[in-house]
Amino acid sequence: MAVLAGSRPRTPTVTGAIAGAARVLQRNLLVYRRTYRGSLFGSFLTPLLYLTAMGIGLSQLMANGGSTMLGGVEYLDFLGPGILASSCMQTASFESTYPIMGKISWRRNYEAILATPMEVHHLLIGELSWIGFRLTTMAAVFLFVLTLFGIPRSPLALLAIPAAVLTGVAFAAPIIAFAATRHNDSGFAALFRFVINPLFLFSGTFFPVSQLPDPVEWVAAATPLYHGVALVRGAVLDAMPSSWPLHALYLVVFVAVTGYIAHRLLRRRLVK
Amino acid sequence: MPPTDEILVHARGLTKRFDAFTAVNAVDFDVRTAEAFGFLGPNGAGKTSTMRMIACSSPVTEGELSVIGMDPRTQAPQIKARLGVVPQTDNLDAELSVEENLLMYARYFDMPMSVARPRAAELLEFMQLSERAGDQVEPLSGGMKRRLTIARALINDPELIILDEPTTGLDPQARHLLWERLYRLKQRGATLIITTHYMDEAEQLCDRLVVMDKAEIVAAGTPRELIEKHATREVLELRIPDSARNALDGRLDGIADRVEELPDRYLLYADDGEQALEAVHGREIPIDSALVRRATLEDVFLRLTGRSLVE
Repeated sequence: MAVLAGSRPRTPTVTGAIAGAARVLQRNLLVYRRTYRGSLFGSFLTPLLYLTAMGIGLSQLMANGGSTMLGGVEYLDFLGPGILASSCMQTASFESTYPIMGKISWRRNYEAILATPMEVHHLLIGELSWIGFRLTTMAAVFLFVLTLFGIPRSPLALLAIPAAVLTGVAFAAPIIAFAATRHNDSGFAALFRFVINPLFLFSGTFFPVSQLPDPVEWVAAATPLYHGVALVRGAVLDAMPSSWPLHALYLVVFVAVTGYIAHRLLRRRLVK
Repeated sequence: MPPTDEILVHARGLTKRFDAFTAVNAVDFDVRTAEAFGFLGPNGAGKTSTMRMIACSSPVTEGELSVIGMDPRTQAPQIKARLGVVPQTDNLDAELSVEENLLMYARYFDMPMSVARPRAAELLEFMQLSERAGDQVEPLSGGMKRRLTIARALINDPELIILDEPTTGLDPQARHLLWERLYRLKQRGATLIITTHYMDEAEQLCDRLVVMDKAEIVAAGTPRELIEKHATREVLELRIPDSARNALDGRLDGIADRVEELPDRYLLYADDGEQALEAVHGREIPIDSALVRRATLEDVFLRLTGRSLVE
């Protein structure tokens, strides 16, 4: 009797990683085909509601005096791009909690996929790409609504789309890492209550962070949302701060580091 | 196609530990190309852990393992490309239709759609699911989901198919349909590895099998060999009235190779059951009922792994 002789190991390649991730993206798009109408409508409705209620309503109240603190712009102009960035944060956060948990343990999609030649990094890059895609469509619709309100100053506003997507992905990666350690969904409610919502309120969406006491300001400045808001607002209002490369670098490094951690934790969870 | 001499899966001293717990303790086995190889054992015996190592889903802790001539430590994706895996609990994609489940799975194997589409149609036909191709997965019956899971495992035309308790929870009709389909796969030359705790399933399907208990292999061979080695040709089952049980006093001794006392009956292992029954009558032992039957794998299994419940 002879043991069958095999072939030599293959080395992983970048094209292999992209091809694998593309299949996860393809799967999610296949599912999205059934639900995209509602999702796009939501992307349209959210900014409309915020800008109508808070922007128009509130900005009347603070028409006098607020503008200097906001760097000389109307409140509606200040708020619009902030809501764009923070909505991307919220959508990305949601997409990284329950759906990922479902694929890990409720429906065990990842177990099924990992029985094929697909690997854990394909799953992670694929899911992040999928979230990136969702955020791109969302940011584009959002920007369109901002245009209806006459907020964007120049075509530079288009750069708000990649900036907002990057902001969202900077939340997706660490939250996927978090989801990979959870055995039930109870931690997610706490995540939204104690992390996502406070960030939404205090990271420069509704008022400049400089209004906050110094220690709180430093905490806010350490979060990805603060940097995301700075970039998105700079792009939409054609007033990019000179520190924009630092904001962008911060987000890219944040995605890289938390993405690496997410890969480690997903691997530990799925391969044992 | 009869089993060949070529070894497709080779394990020596194969061990799986989870922290302090040893799930699989230094097992040796060889699976030959084109045979159906069974892992039998009670719950928690280490069957699934062994299967998961073969399927490259679970890293080997220690020992030697080669699957289709490759090393799961370094060549998992290449091995997986040639495997079909049917897990114990269905993990179909509930957000996709029946057909999409197969097509998307084909994509994970990097199969082009032009190949995947006819292949999926053929497999749906083979598993009697063609009429449900466009349906969602959730409303399917247990048997249909199982068949779809098996169809999915066949999408890449695997050389080795790993089935973890393929018929658990199915009704008899669904089980028999599955057995028949698995048998046809074997006829076509596929190698099957099956875990089960249904002995009739193992006898029906497996050319050779191993019995696992408490992380170790306690017996190996063909179903016939195992019965010959660990049981007798026949078994005499006796029901004795309770009043007479206490007064038996060794009166069954010497009638059979081995006597096993159960709460409700006695099992007498003998090569000739009728002869043993005559001896019982000869000794005027009162009985409620007597049944002579051939020894089965179940007798072997219970002898080797004990009768106590594992929960």
